[in-house]
Amino acid sequence: MAQSLDNSEFRPTGLRGVAADFSSDQRAFKTASWGKAMMWIFLLSDTFVFGCFLLAYMTARMSTPVPWPNPSEVFALHIGGQDVPLILIAIMTFVLISSSGTMAMAVNFGYRRERGRTAALMLATALLGATFVGMQAFEWTKLISEGVRPWENPWGAPQFGSTFFMITGFHGTHVTIGVIFLLIVARKVWRGDYDLARRGFFTSRKGQYESVEIMGLYWHFVDLVWVFIFAFFYLW
Amino acid sequence: MSETTAHLHAPAQAHSAQQHPIRLYLVVWGMLFVLSAFSYMVDYLGVQGLARWTLIIIFMMLKAGLIVAVFMHMAWERLALVYAILLPPAAVLIFTALMVSEANYTILTRLAFFSTAP
Repeated sequence: MAQSLDNSEFRPTGLRGVAADFSSDQRAFKTASWGKAMMWIFLLSDTFVFGCFLLAYMTARMSTPVPWPNPSEVFALHIGGQDVPLILIAIMTFVLISSSGTMAMAVNFGYRRERGRTAALMLATALLGATFVGMQAFEWTKLISEGVRPWENPWGAPQFGSTFFMITGFHGTHVTIGVIFLLIVARKVWRGDYDLARRGFFTSRKGQYESVEIMGLYWHFVDLVWVFIFAFFYLW
Repeated sequence: MSETTAHLHAPAQAHSAQQHPIRLYLVVWGMLFVLSAFSYMVDYLGVQGLARWTLIIIFMMLKAGLIVAVFMHMAWERLALVYAILLPPAAVLIFTALMVSEANYTILTRLAFFSTAP
């Protein structure tokens, strides 16, 4: 019964479709399950959290008369006798984008019910995520040993330290939670919970491969936030 | 009953289950790599001023668009969800405009009343 209502070819498209969906006196999101819609709404709220962090950074940087430290030099690494600007951050960016690629493919193999490949790709995603966090820990250690504190740093405006630790710290926390989340879902996939519709221990709802896609939404969002942090904090 | 009929309804369910060719993901993955390399090159080559900011914003928006549209499957969702999720962040832009004006005022007063050096 429910499936026949889901047949989207009978639904109006465009703005008329938006009006019809929202005024249907049923669920508004016809193609997204409640789980997916809830993840999207959570991600929307997280967008505002990171949006406010980046805005606070913008305000601090625009309103200080003291010069802002040059990220290109601050995040340079000494490799092979010369300073390569921003190289660690570039590698971290590529690692996170690769993890998004493996995650997208894990979702795809999940819907094909190839649970071995799905679990393997999710583990690869978790491994790349852990690599990212490791590199971030290295970056923090390096900056702290060079004298960067939330209240001061050797190169310029003291707000640099507080915005850096706040923004990258919050993002790193998201990546860490994502890695844990990935390992939990990967285990369920590997065990075949979603093939057997085994009930979850907490919600006692039947497992299905859509959980992999919802997990993927969170992971891609973490990558998405990094795109903005990379552009505004490291490159600007 | 539901156990046996579930398979019969499987094609109808394909609308909500996102199924796309692997090739699409690999192409987008490659494009994200290239765009990231471009934005890194902006810094590596030392592009400055308006050109730098324009290039950074363009590459950032292209990457964000690809991730949301393809990896997060927003391109295949119905407009009701797309609008519900993508329109509210526009409020952040209004907030940005407010804070730009506020920051300009702060730096102005700082320079006017505390300007010993710059």
